[in-house]
Order: sequence, then structure tokens, then C-alpha cells
Amino acid sequence: MSDHESHDFDVIVIGAGGAGLRAAIEAKERGLRTALVCKSLLGKAHTVMAEGGAAAAMGNVWSEDNWQVHFRDTMRGGKMLNNWRMAQLHAQEAPERIYELERWGALFDRTADGRILQRDFGGHRYARLAHVGDRTGLELIRTLQQRAVAIGIEVFMECKVLRLLKDADGRVSAAVGYWRPSGEFVIFTAKAFVLATGSIGKSWQYTSNSWESTGDGHAMAAWAGADMIDMEFVQFHPTGMVWPLSVRGILVTEGVRGDGGVLRNSEGKRFMFDYIPPMFAAETADSEEEGDRWYEDHLNNRRPPELLPRDEVARSINSEVKGGRGSPHGGVFLDIASRRSPEYIRRRLPSMYHQFKELAGVDITAVPMEVGPTCHYAMGGIRVDADTEATTVPGLFAAGEVSGGMHGANRLGGNSLSDLLVFGRRAGTAAADFAEGRRGSPTVSDSEVEAVFAEATAPLERTDGESPYDIQHDLQETMQQLVGIIRTESELASALGELDKLDERSAAMAVSGPRTYNPGWNLATDLPAMLTVSRLTTKGAIARRESRGGHTRDDYPSPDPEFETLNLVQRVRPDGEFTLDPEPIPPMPAELRALFEEDTH
Amino acid sequence: MADVTMTVWRGDPSGGAFSDYVMPSVEGEVVLDVLHRIQAGPAPDLACRWNCKAGKCGSCSAEINGRPALMCMTRMDELPAGEPVVVAPMRTFPVIRDLVTDVSFNYTMARQVPPLAPRAADAPDGTFRMMQVDVTRGQEFRKCIECFMCQDVCHVIRDHEENKERFAGPRMFIRYMELESHPLDTNDRRELLRQRMGLGMCNITKCCTEVCPEHIKITDNAIIPLKERVVDASYDPVAWLGRKILRRTKRSAAEAAADAPAVVAPTSADGPTATATPGVTAAS
Repeated sequence: MSDHESHDFDVIVIGAGGAGLRAAIEAKERGLRTALVCKSLLGKAHTVMAEGGAAAAMGNVWSEDNWQVHFRDTMRGGKMLNNWRMAQLHAQEAPERIYELERWGALFDRTADGRILQRDFGGHRYARLAHVGDRTGLELIRTLQQRAVAIGIEVFMECKVLRLLKDADGRVSAAVGYWRPSGEFVIFTAKAFVLATGSIGKSWQYTSNSWESTGDGHAMAAWAGADMIDMEFVQFHPTGMVWPLSVRGILVTEGVRGDGGVLRNSEGKRFMFDYIPPMFAAETADSEEEGDRWYEDHLNNRRPPELLPRDEVARSINSEVKGGRGSPHGGVFLDIASRRSPEYIRRRLPSMYHQFKELAGVDITAVPMEVGPTCHYAMGGIRVDADTEATTVPGLFAAGEVSGGMHGANRLGGNSLSDLLVFGRRAGTAAADFAEGRRGSPTVSDSEVEAVFAEATAPLERTDGESPYDIQHDLQETMQQLVGIIRTESELASALGELDKLDERSAAMAVSGPRTYNPGWNLATDLPAMLTVSRLTTKGAIARRESRGGHTRDDYPSPDPEFETLNLVQRVRPDGEFTLDPEPIPPMPAELRALFEEDTH
Repeated sequence: MADVTMTVWRGDPSGGAFSDYVMPSVEGEVVLDVLHRIQAGPAPDLACRWNCKAGKCGSCSAEINGRPALMCMTRMDELPAGEPVVVAPMRTFPVIRDLVTDVSFNYTMARQVPPLAPRAADAPDGTFRMMQVDVTRGQEFRKCIECFMCQDVCHVIRDHEENKERFAGPRMFIRYMELESHPLDTNDRRELLRQRMGLGMCNITKCCTEVCPEHIKITDNAIIPLKERVVDASYDPVAWLGRKILRRTKRSAAEAAADAPAVVAPTSADGPTATATPGVTAAS
């Protein structure tokens, strides 16, 4: 067999964002030989970009808050499509996961009496997000990174994993990849694997995601035969930067609205009052005066419509722009300058201040920002067992954005960071259990390993062929235009046709240069995953003939009660064919259902 | 539309040279955007690191026109018009390829930092009480995005490879100061800093502070207070006698807590010599 390095562990975690780090910490603390494998340097994963905070019903600001209220907010935000058990565990365990970070060194912003301060965010009834200004993700990843280093977890950085391989009994046994600096191949064998590879956003043109978000984990799980659920639900965050073009898509935290910012159209109107959906009408202010009073008094006023769940706000902005009431560069105005003092804005939103000042030459304490929707988060993903994060493939676990179910059709802001912690830890525990119970050394077939090597190096061996950058560009344009925020049958069908062509083109692409740190080659090895997740998203979007959360169909503009009880389950067969089956969501137990029948505020 | 000339260092550990790429100029772009267009066009194998493209992850550090900077936060229209933009890798770290360097030195030093050892919880439910005023200093240091430009520009290691064995560098000094000023911490790292982390080798020229993209006052708020603490611990005769009599090498939790508000050094434009601390020796 070709030369390669190999490593053997009990538990291998792929991805070193919040979920991967938390999973690895848990497995390591159980005494297992644990390693982390990540595509970038440690501490650079996309978690670092999270801004607003981590949602946890600690009740430090509003003592009325508790896990039941958080659970209810999460389910309603997800349009009731969430895996109720995940939403329940998440709401129950998030506070302890936050306090644990504090014991590991995190320094959250404080209340006047010295507890962890919590901020308001869309869809959350009470101020619930533990935060550090608007750089909470950095705090979270650094705390976990420092903890992982302190307990001696081995970290393999700048390593791209290409495929998962199974043994004769169908258990995942190896991850095959290459070192980006040297281009040399490496095989990791282990008794249990945790996928924590994050997002898929790089398949769209305007995204808040980094180059890493190519859906590696989604695709590798699907190729290994795992069930994928609800891949049609992609969150377009309502507020990304729109100008200059080079920064289009970069995130503007929801914290701007949580801290008092409002959305206005070109006529200066707070247009969100025109878009309050019936589901949230009872708890949303219907006048500017009431909305403004809410910041000080949550109990006697209803929340302003700027803080509706993200799907609602993103669609509303889209409508305003399409209706000709947008800002000069095709967004709308996000105004905090006229509503809060410059000192307050700089203290609460330092990195937003910095980002607009340096990248757009805009002083957000003096003038409004221009913002518009940006591809941000995949709600769908690998189907997992709620308690253990076990996928449908033995030996394979998944946590964080790569898994599906927790957020249903739409994720609330702040629920991602707490999701990482709660389910990262659970995945680490379950992977450790599985590894301890697994007999014998993991085995892999040499011929399968060789096939992975050969597929990866093929573009380097072709002397003429298209550049992977051209294929990526066309893929991003296709997904942006045809599988974007508003979808329709005919466009989705033509997207599938485009994806067929892109598959063919990528099979013939060529890359020049050496294997050592070659971004062109790295992109060529990312493209198969990008194309697979794009196809899963498109096929799910065609099959879900309704509008719900992060999936809006122009030709089926309303939610359909029948779809409310269905996960769309997709599988990639060994011959490469994709199948799709609607399967009923497990019903919620009566005591949880009762939470939705009580007062709706 | 005007063109821009990007003069980019290409090479590997065996050597390299600058190559010119002439690209059309596009409004609002940063240096990293132009490099991405070079990758998508004339040089698909041009190696550079990047992730967030918003100044939050610290991946895309390089030396632009001779000065360490994040490529994602350096706007093309702020560089001298009509002149080539020279982009080189950080010099303090060994080159892997093109603009990508081996920054493992920083991770090695990070592994040697004794972690937080928290005091007992304040409330029966196991939670702590910390005042905002007491966490603000630590939060300043935790803004660090680990771009390693402060390490790159530090002359103790920039021109002295041999010092890397015994010098943690500005990035790690702010980590040490963060822990020293952490309201919950009970560890004492002062002897480690003095003996093995090379704190004394810094002669406070403030180059690190100047390049910090997060505007952390590395020298004034971390290195100088650390030097003062180390000096107090090592050379103060009263403290020395106290240790002898009480045989204590670690501070108690109460002492650590009482010590929390960090010493703030003068922030005026004092020259390096004006703020020099007794016991500090220059490295080079």
C-alpha cells in the first residue's frame, strides 16, 4: 500500500469547534485515548465567529425563566419540527454547561450582583444569552481549547479527513485524510468516532461561513450510510453585511437588535410591524412605543417584532428589498445609532463597531448599518439519537451543527453555542461508552484505503481540466440563485440539473502545483462533499411542499399540518443513488405538550 | 479600472522569491480578497491561511509592506496608491509554503501554561460571584485572537531562534497576566515566568502592543505588571522573610482574590526606559 502515517486511538473527534472540543474533553476525562483532528489550526474553527451569546435558562436577569420556557421557545422557533427530546435535554442542561465553562476560566459579562449577565435575543422570551460583549464564540472556543490542552488531548491540526471506512461488521473503524502542510496521507483508526464538522454554508455565494464549512461531516456520514434528516432547512441570518461586496455575507450579530437596534426601510419605516405572523402575534408588540418599553419591562410589554425568530425577519427583509424599499446596496437599514449612546454601543458591541469601521468605513454609533440575509446555519443534518448522539451507523456519533433535529425548521439565535456544549458532552460520553464496549482492534480494507488515496490525488494527475475554483464559483451561484431563501419547484429542478453537470465537471477537474499546502488541491478535495450536501439540500427542498422555518416555497407559501409531523430522511446508497423517505417524528409526551397549551403570553 | 500589483513571496523551506501579480482593482477590497482572486486565477496553489475574513480568528497574519497585519482587515485603499503591495510571510516562524508559516512554537508554549485552579465556589449551588470591575482586565486579554503577530514582531525571538527555548512571548505573557488577575485563580506562576518563560528578556519596546489588531495594551497592562509581580515575589526582602518563616510557596485563595485588581502601569507615552522596572535585564 502507498506510504502513509497511521495513528490509533479509542476515540477520534473530527472537528475542533465547540462541539468537537467538548466531546473530546468528555472522552479524555473518562480516561480514554482521545484525539482531535481539525482542518485548520486549533482555535480557528467557526465557533470563533459566534457573537451574541449562549442561551441557557439560568434566570440571572429574569428569575421567571426556567427550562420549560426555554424549551417552549425553542420548539416554537423551530416550528415544532424539532426533536422534542433534544430540545428538552438542551434546555435542561445548558445552564450547567455554562457554569462549567466558568470553572474552566471563561469570563462572562456580569450582573450587578456578580452573576453571569444574560442578554435578549430573537425568539427568547427572557434575556437568556450568557455573553462576553459580542465575542462570545471566541470566549467559548478559547476556554474549551485551553481546557483540552490542560488535560492533554492530542490535537492533529490542519488535517483534512476525506472518508470514513467501516469494518466487515459495518462499524466505523477509520478516518482517512491528509496533512494540509505536507500533503501526505494519514489514517486514524479508533473504536468510536465523533463528527463535529460544523456547517455547509460555503456552497452558497453569500454566507457568514468560512472556507471550512464545506459539509465534510454531513457528506462523510451520508457516504458511510447514515440517515440524514431535514436537509432542506438552511438558515439565512437576517443581518449580514451587504457592502462592500467583498465582505457581503459577514455576520452582524442579532445582539444589535437585542440591545435596541431596529430595522428600517428606505422610507424610514420600522417595517417589521407589517410582518408579524399569527403564531407570534400574541407575544409581539403592535406599536413602536410598546416595543421600546419592553427593553426595560418584559413583564408588562410585548417584544418588538425585530426580535421575531430569524426566519421571519430574513423573509421580511427579502420582501422589502424586492418591493423596492431597500437600502442603496440592496439591504435594509439596521439602526442602533439613533437609539443608544455611542458609549453603550461601543461597550456592548465592540466587534461590530470595529468590523464596520474597518471594513466598510461606517461608524455604527453615528449612522445605520446596511444589512441583508446571509447563509448562516444548517438545521438539518445527521440523524442522531437524542440522548447519545449516536448516528444510524455503529461507532459513529455526531454533535453540533452537523447533526440534525435539535433546531427543527429554524434555530433560535444563542441556541447554537449551548447546543455545542450540551450535545458535545453527550456525544463524548456515548462515544467513550461505545469504545469501551467494542471488542478487537478496528480493521480496514487496504483496497478501500487505496481507493480514497486515488480519488484524492486524481485532480493532481490530470494535466488539463477545469480549475476547482471555477466549479466552486458556479456551485455557489447555483445554490444562491436556485436554492436560496425563497424557493420554487421549477428552480429547484433546474438546480438538480446544474448539480449533475457540476458533478461531471468536478470528475474531470485538474489541479497544478505540489501537494504541500496547496489550496487549489485542498478545494478539489472539498468539492465532493460540497456537491453532496447541495444535492441533499435541493432534494429535501423539492420534497417538502410547504413553507416552514428556514424553508420557504413560493409555490407552497403556507405551512402544511401534514408536514409538521414528518422528517424527510435521505440516504446515499452504496451505488451512489440518493433516496428520500418521509418518516413520522416521535410524538411529544403529554407533560411537554401541555406547555404549549398554557398561556401564550 | 486601475490595476494593482501584488508582490507576493512564493517559496518553501528551501528558498523562494517575490512574484508579481497584476490584478484589476475592485472597490472596497482587502488584501485577502485580492489574494483569493489570484488563487482563482493565475496561481491556484498560492498558499495562505484564512478563516473568518472578519478579523476574529487571527489566521491570515502576514507582513504587508513590511508590517505585520491581518490580510482580511487591511483595505487596499488604505495602502499607498500606485505602488506594489508587498506581501510576505511572518518572518519569526519557519516557512511551510508561500505565506503559510509553522506557528507550532506558540502551541508548544501554550501547553506549558499552568491552567486556572479555581477557588471554592461562592454559592451553595456551586456558582461564583465576580464583579464586572474584577473581570474587565482579564477580558481585555481574552480578546486575543491568536494571530501571533505580537510574537512575530518581538525582537527577542524574531532575530534569535535560540531564544525560543526559553521565551514564552507577548501572546503568552497576556495569558499569564489574565490568569494572574483572574478572580478565581489560586495558582502562582511567578517563578515559572522568571526562570523558564523569559519574562526578564522583554525590554518593553512595545512593538507587540503596536501591532495588536485587538488593541490589547500588552506591554502596559500585562508585561509590566507581570514584571512587577515577579520582582515582588523574588526580590522583596519582606516577602522573602515571610516565605521563609511561613514556608509558603503558594498564595492562599484569599490573597489571590485580594490581589485581583491588576496594577495599571502608566499609559502615557513614556519611553521604554521611563517605565523600566528594577531587576529587568535587556535581552539584546
